Amino acid sequence: MFEKYNPLDNNMLQVIDNDGKIINKEFFPNLSDDQIVKAYRDMLFARTADLMIVSYQRQGRIFTYPPNYGQEAIAGAIGANLKDDDWLVPAFREMGAYLAKGATLKELFLYFMGYEDGSLFKNAKNIFPMSVPIASQLTHAVGVAYELKYNKKDNVVLTVVGDGGTSEGDFHEALNIAGVWKGPVVFVVQNNQYGISTPVSVQTASKNIAVKSIAYGIKGIKVDGNDYFAMYKAINESITIAKKENMPVLIEALTYRKGAHTTSDDPTKYRTKEEEESWEEKDPLLRLKKYLISNKLFTEKEEEKLISQYKKEIDRQFIEAENYPKYPLDDVFKYLYEDMPADLLIQKNNHEKFLKWKENFVKN
Amino acid sequence: MKVMTIVNAVNDALDIKLGDDRNVIVYGEDVGVEGGVFRVTENLQKKYGVERVFDSPLAEDGIMGTAVGMAVAGLRPVVEMQFSGFAYPAFNQIISHASRMRNRSRGKYTTPIVVRMPYGGGINALEHHSESMEAIYGHIPGLKVVIPSTPHDAKGLMIAAIESNDTVIFMEPKRIYRAIKQEVSEDKFSIPIGKAKVLSKGSDVTVVAYGAMIREVQKAMIMAKNAGISVELIDLRTIYPIDRETIAESVKKTGRVITVVESPGSFSVASEISQIANEEAFVYLEAPPKRVTGFDTIVPLPKGEHHYIISPEKIFYEIERTVKF
Repeated sequence: MFEKYNPLDNNMLQVIDNDGKIINKEFFPNLSDDQIVKAYRDMLFARTADLMIVSYQRQGRIFTYPPNYGQEAIAGAIGANLKDDDWLVPAFREMGAYLAKGATLKELFLYFMGYEDGSLFKNAKNIFPMSVPIASQLTHAVGVAYELKYNKKDNVVLTVVGDGGTSEGDFHEALNIAGVWKGPVVFVVQNNQYGISTPVSVQTASKNIAVKSIAYGIKGIKVDGNDYFAMYKAINESITIAKKENMPVLIEALTYRKGAHTTSDDPTKYRTKEEEESWEEKDPLLRLKKYLISNKLFTEKEEEKLISQYKKEIDRQFIEAENYPKYPLDDVFKYLYEDMPADLLIQKNNHEKFLKWKENFVKN
Repeated sequence: MKVMTIVNAVNDALDIKLGDDRNVIVYGEDVGVEGGVFRVTENLQKKYGVERVFDSPLAEDGIMGTAVGMAVAGLRPVVEMQFSGFAYPAFNQIISHASRMRNRSRGKYTTPIVVRMPYGGGINALEHHSESMEAIYGHIPGLKVVIPSTPHDAKGLMIAAIESNDTVIFMEPKRIYRAIKQEVSEDKFSIPIGKAKVLSKGSDVTVVAYGAMIREVQKAMIMAKNAGISVELIDLRTIYPIDRETIAESVKKTGRVITVVESPGSFSVASEISQIANEEAFVYLEAPPKRVTGFDTIVPLPKGEHHYIISPEKIFYEIERTVKF
């Protein structure tokens, strides 16, 4: 796969076309029909949730949120490939992968409502909290890979960054160190073609992003990120080679952010309608659904039923999150150090005294 | 017991912890084959192998970022920033991740990392090799900041730092790396982080210092003694969590406090200690808390550094003025 799709040739791994037809049998992944249907259902769940979160945000029930809309195949393929003991070091636009790892929507809601409690993904094993400073998480994955290799564990660490993040020094330090240390690490760049408003052409003069792997002595491949089968195959093979040969891999997943960067962003300022429309037929869910329907694995009717079922479930979890207990003052202080320093205790106690005073002050 | 310098003592602490905990990993620029530019990690690679003690690529941000990853995954990395003046590329990882991971994950993940960095002036060095920037680390929620002043403390504090489950910035006063020799126990022992030490009892004025400034204060104390002034000297040992209690207790007794730091004075550890004295011992004060510090300037290159460096005479001058206030 890596030989055939040498990034220098700018070839992109694609398995199905926009009509969901297999155009590349050789690289069709080893997936059962059930697994494929499950993949679609998971992506549909993520998309339904994503669209609902944006509307919750518009209703003022949740704070700023970065939508995943249009990029679901990448997170879906990551989630389907990672085992419990594999590590995921996320950025912040990979909802499907967190859910597959065992995070709950309720936790995501809590996080975007403003509770750190939502970012620990309590029952999900080996997943870092989301990382907001762009690309700074990539070296963490290299450190995790060191531990996996050091303790001879049969696991992989996968980390995600956007196209804008490839301009950060962290991206280059991470790939460089990974190349020197060798280890089971897979870097996935979600190239959705914009860093907020800035197009890839402003980020790099390279002919593609995958090509950057070559200089660092690691493997690289450019993949159609809206093609679930291509993404699944690329990640699966990358994990295999990363584990077997301790060979880091850089995957460039070409996609398009159909939504805004975050709910505070307005893409009409920097994208044309024509461009947005040109990506409609490449939509990852649409293409996979066409494949499923033509193979008689799924129907529009089932989809309708699923969506209404999902909406209920999503709303249930959202309301649970809305009824989450108030944020106690203790939680501001107690997680910073293993043992709370005396100074912090004094600050907390003083503030509590003030709050008591304020109660009386407001009353009178 | 064995006669050690601070360099030997830190080396001994690393040796002991590498020996008793397989999760301890030591790396950084030139720390492996060469044993570090100051030889603090000398022979450790030979003894523990390249998997556990090794040279990293020349990338401070990458060193710190990988340490965060290793720590979350269960290792206990001890990384070296070759000079504190080169640690700034790592600052993003320190402030954005190492100091926050525990809070961000509500205690699910911890980052037991020790970041070693030689700091401070007085060694006739190139630009970026003389700064004393402990205050900026002390300012960051989630970090512990430790500065030893003797070989004994360097060893005990380093062992405590490696055993701490929080990230510790361990600043090594390179001016006295080899200048002080002391008998140090060869056994494993640790000194609690967050506790200052009263080095000399006195009644007229409290002087708080740490790192290389302790020795300068001790020289000034001889002058003070000749002038009939009794100085209580506190070695802070830990910048954060700061030992408010020891400082307060001493200032209540002496009624006067001077803090000696080689960093710029504004927004410094000295400012913090003056404020602690104001908050905790205001009614006991007989003179305003005094800061004896470097200027709020860049440390000059060697030909001009004497203007900047704090001399024992300067310390004595301020002690006398404060006592006579």
